[in-house]
Amino acid sequence: MGAVATGQTPQAAARAPRLRRALGGAVVPLLAAAGLAAFWLFPNDLGLMTRIAATALYVLSLDLVLGFGGIATLGQAAMFGSGAYAAGIAAVHLVNDPLVLLAVGGLAGGLVALVTGALILHARGLTLLMLTIAVVQIVQEVVNKARDLTGGSDGLSGIEPSPLFGLFRFDMFGRTSYLFALAVLLVGFLVARRIVRSPFGLACRGVKEDPLRVAALGGSPRRYLVTLYAVAGVFAGVAGALTAVTSGIVGLDSVSFSWSAEALVMLVLGGAGRLVGAVIGTVAFMTIHHVMAAIDPFHWMLFIGLFLMGTVLFLPGGIASLADRFIKGNRT
Amino acid sequence: METLFGIVVDGVTYGMILFIISVGLSVTLGLMRVVNLAHGAFAMVAGYVASYAAQGLGLPYAVGLVAAILFTVLATLPLEKLLYRRIYGSANELAQVLLTIGLTFVIVAGINYLFGPTLKRIPLPDALLGTVAIGPKSIPVHRAFVIAMGAATVLGLWWLLERTDFGIKLRAAVDDPNMAAALGIRTERLYTATFALGTGLAALGGVLGAELLPLEPYYAIRYIVLFLAVVAVGGAGNILGLAAAALALGIVDTAGKYLIPSFGEFFFYAALILILFRWPHGFFQGRAA
Repeated sequence: MGAVATGQTPQAAARAPRLRRALGGAVVPLLAAAGLAAFWLFPNDLGLMTRIAATALYVLSLDLVLGFGGIATLGQAAMFGSGAYAAGIAAVHLVNDPLVLLAVGGLAGGLVALVTGALILHARGLTLLMLTIAVVQIVQEVVNKARDLTGGSDGLSGIEPSPLFGLFRFDMFGRTSYLFALAVLLVGFLVARRIVRSPFGLACRGVKEDPLRVAALGGSPRRYLVTLYAVAGVFAGVAGALTAVTSGIVGLDSVSFSWSAEALVMLVLGGAGRLVGAVIGTVAFMTIHHVMAAIDPFHWMLFIGLFLMGTVLFLPGGIASLADRFIKGNRT
Repeated sequence: METLFGIVVDGVTYGMILFIISVGLSVTLGLMRVVNLAHGAFAMVAGYVASYAAQGLGLPYAVGLVAAILFTVLATLPLEKLLYRRIYGSANELAQVLLTIGLTFVIVAGINYLFGPTLKRIPLPDALLGTVAIGPKSIPVHRAFVIAMGAATVLGLWWLLERTDFGIKLRAAVDDPNMAAALGIRTERLYTATFALGTGLAALGGVLGAELLPLEPYYAIRYIVLFLAVVAVGGAGNILGLAAAALALGIVDTAGKYLIPSFGEFFFYAALILILFRWPHGFFQGRAA
C-alpha cells in the first residue's frame, strides 16, 4: 500500500533510502517553518507572499487534476475565478466572516467543476483541452456580462472581511492576511495529501495509468475523474476566495485562459504528480516573475519560454525531481 | 438583408483565414500527433516579415507575401529537426503543450525586441483597395481576394492530397504511420515536407489575415485558441471537414458580433462546446489526436 502511494514499484520502494521517507514526513513542518521564517525575514513583502500562498493552493488543485488524474486542462481558472467571485459577491451583499467566505468560494468552485466536468470529461486529448478552454472563456464572458453583480471589467471591490474568529483584524500591513493564507494553504496541503493517499486517490492514479484496466476491474473511470475534478474544483474555489478575502478585490483576469496557463507553468516548474512540487513551483515562479517582470515583461517571457523548453527536453520531472535524483544517486 | 449580406461576406472571409492558418495545424496534428501551440507564432512571424518588407523596404505586396512565406518556412525547418522531432507522436500531450508554449513565448519576446510592441500594418496595394460588384451588391476587393485565395487553397490541397504521389503517401502515413514506414514510405522526409507545408500555409494566412487579426506581439497567444478550436471541430487531418468547420465558426462568430456585439466571443465558444459535446472527435470524424 505504502509503495503504491509513493508511486513506485515495490522493489524501488524497498530500495528507497530512509532519508526520502523522513523528508516526506517532514514536508508540512518544513513548509510551515519556511512560511513563518519568511514572515519574519520579509515583513515588507507580505502582500506578495500572501498572493503566493493563495496561488500555491490553486496550483495544488491543478496538480490533483493533472498530476494524479492525468487530465490535461487549460481551464482551472474557471473554478478559481468562480470561487473568487462567489466569495466577493457574498462579502459585498451577505456575510463577511472570512471562514464562511472560504466555504462559499469552495462550494462555488466545486459546483462549477462538477457541472462542467460531467459535461466535458468524456472527451480526451485535444478535444478535452479545447473544451476546458471554452469553459473558462464562457465563464469569463458571463462574469463580464453580469456587471451589476461582478462589476464587469472594472472588477469587484469593497470586500471587507470581519476579524478572523472575531479576534484578529485584517490589518493594513497584511500580517493577518499572510498568516491566514499560510494556515489555509497548510490545511489544504494536508487534506490534499489525505485524498491522494486514500483508496479513491489510488483509483484516480489507476485511471491515469490505464483507464481500460480500471474499467475491466469494475470501476468507472469517468466517475472517478469527474469526482476528482469536482474535489480539485473545491480547492481552486477556496484559493480564489482566499485571494478575494486577503486582497479585497477580484478582477476578470482571475477567470482567464492565461491564468490557467500560468498555473500549468508553475506546476510543471515544480513537478507535476507530487503535491510539494506545486508549492515549490509556485514560490519559484511568482518570485522570479515578481523580480523580472518589474524590469520588462518581454524579457520575462523569453526567460520563461526558454525555461519551459529546457524543462521538457532535459528535466521532465521539474524541480522536485532534482531532489529525487540527488537522493537516489541519479539512477534515472 | 443588408446585415445578412455583411455577415455572410465577413464571416466567409474570416472563415477562409481561419481555414488557411488552421489547416497546417490540422495536418501536423493528424500526421505527427503534435499539438503545436507555436503555429500561431509562425503566422505572426510571416505577418511581421511582410510588414517589414512593405514598410521598411518598400517592396510590392506580392513580393512581400512570397518573401514572408519563404522566410518563415526556412526559419522553422531547423526547429522541426531540433525540437519537434523529439515530441512526434509522444503520448505525453503535456510535454508538447509546454514545449510549444515555451517556443511561442520566445518568439513573442523576439518579435517584441525586433519590432516593438506597437501594432504593425501591411499596406494593401491599390489593386486590393476599393470594391467589386457582385450582382446588385458590392464587396471590398480585399475580402474577395481573401475568399478567392481561400478557395484556391482548398482546391489546391484537395488536388495535392487526392491526386499526387505525395498526397497518397501522406494519407497512408496519417492512417497508420507504422505500416506506412514498413511499406517503404520515408516517413521522416514526409514529416519534414508536411511541416514545411503547414508552416507555409500558416505564413500565407498570417499575411492575408493581417486586416482581421491585427499584428502585435501577443498575436501568437491571442489567436492560437481560435485555430485549435477550428481543428478540434473539423477533426484533425480532415481537409474538407476543416474547411466546413472554419466557415461555420467564422460565420457564427461574425453573426454574434454583428447582432449581439456586447457578448463578444460567447457564441463562438458556446458553439464549440455544443459541437464537441455531441461529436468529441470533431464534426467530420477526424483522427482522435
